[in-house]
Amino acid sequence: MKKAWLGTSVSAALAITLAAGSSSAYAQIKVGVSVSATGPAASLGIPEKNTFALLPKEIAGQKVQYIVLDDATDSTTAVKNARKLVSEEKVDLLIGSTAVPGSLAMSDVAAESGTPMISMAASASLVEPVDAKRRWIFKTPQNDSHMATAIIAHMADAGVKSVAFIGFSDAYGEGWYREFSKLAELRKIRIVANERFARNDTSVTGQVLKMVSANPDAVLIAGAGTPAALPQKTLKERGYKGKIYQTHGVANNDFLRVCGKDCEGTFLPAGPLLVAEQLPDSNPVKKSAMAYRTAYEKAYGAGSISTFGGHAWDAGMLLGAAAPQALKKGQPGSKEFRAALRDAIEDTKNLPVSQGIVNMSATDHVGFDQRSRVMVEIVNGKWKLIGAAQ
Amino acid sequence: MDFSIAAILAQDGITSGAVYALLALALVLVFSVTRVIFIPQGEFVAFGALTLAAIQSDKFPLSATLLVALGVLSFIQEAATVALGRSGETRKARKIGVALLKFVLLPLAVYAVTRWYGHATLAMPLQVLLALLIVVPMGPMIYRLAFQPLAEASTLVLLIVSVAVHYALIGIGLLMFGAEGSRTAPFSDARFDIGGLAVSGQSCVIIVVSLLLIAALYIYFERTLSGKALRATAVNRLGARLVGIGTGQAGRLAFTLAAALGALCGILIAPLTTVYYDSGFLIGLKGFVGAIIGGLGSYPIAAAGALLVGLLESYSSFWASAFKEVIVFTLIIPVLLWRSLTSKQVDEGDQ
Repeated sequence: MKKAWLGTSVSAALAITLAAGSSSAYAQIKVGVSVSATGPAASLGIPEKNTFALLPKEIAGQKVQYIVLDDATDSTTAVKNARKLVSEEKVDLLIGSTAVPGSLAMSDVAAESGTPMISMAASASLVEPVDAKRRWIFKTPQNDSHMATAIIAHMADAGVKSVAFIGFSDAYGEGWYREFSKLAELRKIRIVANERFARNDTSVTGQVLKMVSANPDAVLIAGAGTPAALPQKTLKERGYKGKIYQTHGVANNDFLRVCGKDCEGTFLPAGPLLVAEQLPDSNPVKKSAMAYRTAYEKAYGAGSISTFGGHAWDAGMLLGAAAPQALKKGQPGSKEFRAALRDAIEDTKNLPVSQGIVNMSATDHVGFDQRSRVMVEIVNGKWKLIGAAQ
Repeated sequence: MDFSIAAILAQDGITSGAVYALLALALVLVFSVTRVIFIPQGEFVAFGALTLAAIQSDKFPLSATLLVALGVLSFIQEAATVALGRSGETRKARKIGVALLKFVLLPLAVYAVTRWYGHATLAMPLQVLLALLIVVPMGPMIYRLAFQPLAEASTLVLLIVSVAVHYALIGIGLLMFGAEGSRTAPFSDARFDIGGLAVSGQSCVIIVVSLLLIAALYIYFERTLSGKALRATAVNRLGARLVGIGTGQAGRLAFTLAAALGALCGILIAPLTTVYYDSGFLIGLKGFVGAIIGGLGSYPIAAAGALLVGLLESYSSFWASAFKEVIVFTLIIPVLLWRSLTSKQVDEGDQ
C-alpha cells in the first residue's frame, strides 16, 4: 500500500516538475491561510489574520506569498477554502483554521493532496496519534492536557482538595473536563460539581449556586475569551471566597477589561507570550516572544497583542525554519517541495517561537515542553508571572 | 435545594423573564401588524447595549455612522418611489422634502450630537437617551428598506427577507463593534434584603422598567388613536385601509416600537452580562419562544410565556446546566401541539 502510494507520488511529482519546469524561474512559496475572522471564533481569528501581514515576505531568497481567506468559523467554508487553495492556487503549505472543527475538516484536504498543514487550533486530536493522515498535520497551540497539568500541579501545591468545574457547553468545555478529571483523579483532587454554560448566556446564577453549595476549595472555569468572566463575576456576587482558576482561553486584554476587579487573584496557565516582558532574561522564549510582541504592537498599537495571534506567528516561524531545508530538495509549487517541507517541519529542533521551544518528531507534531507554559495570576488588573509551571 | 436557593433562582428567572417578555411583546406587535416574523429583533438588543458601552468607554459608536448610511439609503429609495409615483409635482416635492428631513437631516443631527456630546462624562440617563436615539430610528429605516416594498408578499417571503436582514445586521455589528463583548456600568449598586433574600438593585430596575413599559403599551393600544390604528391594522389590513388607516405608516410605527423595545432590553441587560455583536439572536429567540406560547397574537399570554421561559431557564441551569437550552427550546414542541389541538382556526392553505 505504502509502496504503491510512493510510486504514484513519485511519478506525479515528476509530471508536475516537468509541467512546472517552464515557469520555475517564477516560483515563489505560496502559503494558503484560512482563518475565522468572522463568526463565533472571530476574537481569536482577527489577531491571527492581522499577524499574517507581519510575517516575512522572503525566506532564503525566495518570495513568500500569503493568501488569506476567511472561513467565518464554519467548517464547510474552511474545507472549501482549503480545496480552492490547494487546487487553484497550488499552495505549498496550508495554515488554518482557527477553531478545531474547521481544522479537522481541512486536514482531510491536506492529507489527500499531500500538502503540509499547520493548524492554529488547540485540540490534541488534530495531531495525535500521528498516522497516514496526520503525518501532514502540525499545530502551534499547546495541548489542553499540557495546560491542565499546570493547573493541577498548582492546585496540589496550594493544598486544594475539592474543585467545582464549570465549562462551555461545547467541545472546549467537554475537552477540558475530560483532561482535568483524568488528572484530578491521579492527584486525589475531588470534583464536587460539573456544570456547563453557553457563551451567550445572560445569567449563570443557577450553576454558581449549585457550585457554591458544594463548598469547593477552588473553582475551575473552562471558557474562552470574555464570556468566561460571567461565572467569575457571579461567584464573587454570591460571596465565594475560594480560589478561582481560569484556562489559557481567557488570555487576552479584553478579558481583563470586562472582568475588572472581580478577577483579582485569579490563576491561569498561559503561553509565555502573555507575560513575555516579565520572563527572566535567561528564559530562551523571552527573545522570540518579545520579537512578535514588538512587531505586532508596532503595527496595531500598544496593548493590542493577543496570545492567539502568536499561534499564527509561530506557524510562520515553523515555515521560516523549514523552508530553507525544503528548497534544497525541490522547487516551490512541486509535490517534492511539499513533501520536503513536511519532512523539514517534522525535523524542527530547538526552534524558539513566541509560545515556547519547538522540538518536533515523527510522533510529536506539537513539539512543546514545559517551557511553553507559565502560571499567571491577575494582580491589579494585570497579568503577573508567578513562576514557570512544572 | 432549599428555600433560599429557590428564591434566588426565582429572582434570576423573573429578571431574565422580564427582558424576554419585552422582546416577546415586540415580536407579537410586529407580526400582527406586518406579518413579519422579526428575527433581527435581537440585533437591536446587541446594538443598544454595545452603543451604550461604546459611549461609556469614550469610543465613538460606529452605529451612529450606520444610522446615517441607512438613512441615506432609505431616502434614495423613498425619493425614487415618490418620483415614479403618480401624484402632482408640488406634492412630490413636499414628500421628498419630508423624507429628506426624516431620513437624512435627523440622522445627521444625531450623528453630530454623538460626535460632540457622546462621551463618558455625560450623565447616565443622557447616555441611555443618546444610545436610544441612535438605535431606534434604524427600526423604521429597516422597514422602509427591506419590508415596505414587499408589504403584500406572503409570510414566507417576509420570513426569508427577515433572515437576510438578520445576517446583514450581524455582519455589520461585527464590523462596528468588533468580536469582543462589552459590559456597561450598572444603573444601581444597591442591594435590598427582603426576608433574608438579597435582591440586587439592577434586577429591580429591569423588572420595574419592564412593568412600566408593559403598562405604557397597554395604555397606548387602548387609549390613543395611533395605538388603535395599529390594532385595527393587526385585526384586518384591508378593513383598516378602507377606513383610512395607512398600513405603511402602521408598519413603520410597529418597527419603531420594536426597535425601541429591543434597544431598551439591550441597555437593561448590558450591566448584567457581557454582550457581543451576536448575543442578541439567542435572547431574541427566547423572547420568540414566549411569543409562540401566545400564538404570536396575544400580548398577555406572550408576556406570561416569556416569564415562564425565564424561570424554566433559571431552574434548569441549576438542575441540568448542560441541557439548559435544550429544555428551554423543547418547550416549543408541546406548546405547538397544544395550540394546534385547541386552535379553532383551520388553515386551509396548508392542509
